[in-house]
Amino acid sequence: MGPVPSGYASGADIAALLVLLTEFAMLRAPQLRSQVRLYGFQSFVVVVLTLVTGAVRGYSDLYILAGLSLLLKVVIVPALMFRLLRQLDVDQLHHPAGGGGGSMVLVAIAASAFGFFVLRSLDFRSKVLPTATLSVSLAIVLVAFVLVILRSDVVSQAVGFFSLENGVSIVSMAIAAGLPVVVEVSFLFDLLVAVVVFALIMRAHHARAGTLSTEALDRLRG
Amino acid sequence: MHAVIVALFVVPLVAVVLSYVVPVKVGPPVSAVAGIASFGLCVALVSTASAGTEHALGSFLRLDALSEVFLLATTFLYAATAVFASGYLERPKGAAGERYSRRFWAGFNLFCAAMVAAPLMNGLASLWVAVEVTTVVSALLVAIDGTDEAIEASWKYVLIASLGLSLALFATIVMYYAGSSFFAGSYNLSYTNLLSGASHFSPGAVRLAFVLAVLGFGTKMGLVPMHTWLPDAHSEAPSPVSALLSGALLAVCFYAILRYFQVTVRAVGPGFPRALMAGFGVASLLLAALYLLSQRDMKRLFAYSSVEHMGIIAIGTSFGAPIALFGVLLHVLAHGAAKGTAFFGAGSVVRKFGTKDMDKVQGGASVLPWSATMLVAAVLALSALPPFGIFRSEFLVVEGGLSSGEDALSAVLVVLVTVAFFGLSWFTTQTMLTGAPASEAATRGAAAGKDGTLARGEVSPWIVVAMVAGLAALVLLGVHLPGDLTALLRHAASQLLPGGTSTRGVQ
Repeated sequence: MGPVPSGYASGADIAALLVLLTEFAMLRAPQLRSQVRLYGFQSFVVVVLTLVTGAVRGYSDLYILAGLSLLLKVVIVPALMFRLLRQLDVDQLHHPAGGGGGSMVLVAIAASAFGFFVLRSLDFRSKVLPTATLSVSLAIVLVAFVLVILRSDVVSQAVGFFSLENGVSIVSMAIAAGLPVVVEVSFLFDLLVAVVVFALIMRAHHARAGTLSTEALDRLRG
Repeated sequence: MHAVIVALFVVPLVAVVLSYVVPVKVGPPVSAVAGIASFGLCVALVSTASAGTEHALGSFLRLDALSEVFLLATTFLYAATAVFASGYLERPKGAAGERYSRRFWAGFNLFCAAMVAAPLMNGLASLWVAVEVTTVVSALLVAIDGTDEAIEASWKYVLIASLGLSLALFATIVMYYAGSSFFAGSYNLSYTNLLSGASHFSPGAVRLAFVLAVLGFGTKMGLVPMHTWLPDAHSEAPSPVSALLSGALLAVCFYAILRYFQVTVRAVGPGFPRALMAGFGVASLLLAALYLLSQRDMKRLFAYSSVEHMGIIAIGTSFGAPIALFGVLLHVLAHGAAKGTAFFGAGSVVRKFGTKDMDKVQGGASVLPWSATMLVAAVLALSALPPFGIFRSEFLVVEGGLSSGEDALSAVLVVLVTVAFFGLSWFTTQTMLTGAPASEAATRGAAAGKDGTLARGEVSPWIVVAMVAGLAALVLLGVHLPGDLTALLRHAASQLLPGGTSTRGVQ
C-alpha cells in the first residue's frame, strides 16, 4: 500500500472538517428539524468519504458499508426523526439552546483542540486516511459529547449520539479499515435498533410531559 | 459438550418467541422453565469449562472458565427472577394488561438471552454487539411502567449507556488497530487471536483501548463517576428488572472489561490496568458508601449498594494476587445471588405497602413473615456477614490485597465496607424489624383490610420460593464451596494473570 495520494488526502481532510463544522452548526441550531437535516447532511459526507476511500485505497468492502450507511443514516434515521416530530407536532423549543450558544461553541472549540493534540501525542498512524483526518475525527467524537451534555432537549441529545457514531465511523475507517465487514454491518444494525428505542422513549416522554425539553426530567436526584 | 453450549445460547431465544405468541397465562411458566433449563445447562458445563476452551457453531461461540463464571451468575438470576416475577406481576386484566404482560415477558427473555450470549461470544466485536442489545432491551423494560419517573430514568439510562458504549466501540476499534501491524492484514478480534498475539501488540494503542473500555463498559458496570444512570434505572424499573440489572447486567459489563484486562496485562504488563481499576474502584466504593447513608428509597439504597460492590470488585481486580482474583469472581456469584434476593424482597415490600419510601414502611416483618425476614438476611449478606458467600469473597479479596503488599488500599476497603454496612443495615432494620405498620401507610397498600391495617401474609408463594433459592445459594457459597466450583474459579482467576493459560485449546 503506497502513501496517501495528495489530492485524496486533502479531500479526506475537507470531508472530516465538514463533519466537524456540521456538528458546530448543530450546537446552535434552534429548530429540531434543522438538527435532523444537519445530521442527514453529516452522514452523507461520511458516506461519500467511505465511497471515495473504498475506490482510492482498494477496499471493496467499504462499498457495501457505504451503501448500507446511505440507506440507514441518510434516509431511514432522518425519516424516522422527521416522522416523530411531525406526529408530535413540535419544532421550536420553548427554551431554545439553553445555556447560551456562544459559550457552548467555546467549550466545543476547546474540546476539539484537545482531541486534535491528544491524538498527535499518541503517535497513531493510519494506512488509509491522512493523520490529520484521524485527529479531526477524535474532535468530532468530543464535540458530540459537548452537544449531548449541553443541549437541553431529547432530540438534540439523540442526534448528538448519532453524530458521535459518525465520528467513530471515520475513526474506524482510518485505523481499522480491515475490520471484517460483517462486524461493521452489525454495528450499523445496532444503531438502527438504538434509534428505534430512542424514538419510542422520546414519544413516551412527550406523551407524559407534553414537551421534548429535558427540563421536566429532574425528579430523580441523589 | 458442543450441543450443550449451543442449547444454552438457543433456549433463551426460543423463550423470547414463545413468551410472545403463547396465551398470556402460559408466558410466566414458559419463562421460568427456560430460566431453570438455562441454569441447568450452565451447571452441566462447569467441569468442561474448567478443563479448557470449547468452541461451538464454528468459532462463533466460545466457552472457557472465565465466561462460565459469568454465565453461572446470569443464568442463576434468570431462573430465580423468572420465578419471582411470576409471583410479583399482577394477573393481567383486560387488553392493556395482556399487552403489558406479553411485552414484559418477551423483553425479559430477550434481555436474559443477550446477557447469556455476551459471555458466549468469541471476540470483542460480537461481545460489544451483545452488550449493546442488553442496553436497548433493558431501557425499554425500565420504561415499561410508563410513569414519569420510569421514563425519566429510562431516557437517562439509554442516553448515558449508549454514549458509554460508543466509547466501548471506540475501544474495540483501537484494539483492532493495536493488533493490525502484528497480524498484517485483515483479522478478526477473536480471543484466540488476541490472546496469542497480545504480547506483540502496540503498547500505546492497547493502553488507550483499555482506558476507553473501562470508561465505556464501566459506564454500564456502574463505576463512579459514570454511574449516574444507575440509581434511577434500578429504582424505577419493575423489581424483577432491577434484580437482573443489578445482579447480572453489571457483572456482564465487568466481564467485558476483564476481556480487555486479559489482553492488556499480556501486552503492557499488569501495572497500568491494575492502577486504573484501583482508581475507579476506590471512587465507586467511597461515593457509594457515603450515599448509602442518606437514602430514603429502598430500591435506591440497593442500587447504591451495587455501586459499592462493583467498587469492591474493581479494587479486588487491581490487587492482582491469584487469591484476590478468586475472591473477585466468587464475589460476582455471591453478589448476584444476594442482590437478586434483596430486590425480590424489595419487590415484595412494594407490592404489600404500595411504596418504596422507607419513611412510610414500618413493621415489614410483622406483615410479611417470610419475605421481610429473608430481606433482612439478604441485607446482612450484602454487608458481608457470615455465613453468606460475600463474607468469604470479601475476606479473600482483602487477604489477597494484604498478601500483595497493598496494605493501605486493603484498609481503605475494609473501612468503606463498614460505612456501607451501617447505611444498609440501619435503614433495613428500621423498616423491617420495628413495630406494627402505621395506619397511614396501610391505607395505601394493595392488601389493606377494611380497618386500615395490612393483612399478615405473603403476596405470592413464588416470591418466597425465589428468595429461598437466593439465600440457599448464598449459604452454599459461604459455608461449603463445591469442589467443581472451586476448580472453576481457580482456573478463571489464573486466566487473568499475566502468564495466564486460557489459550489451551481443548477441542
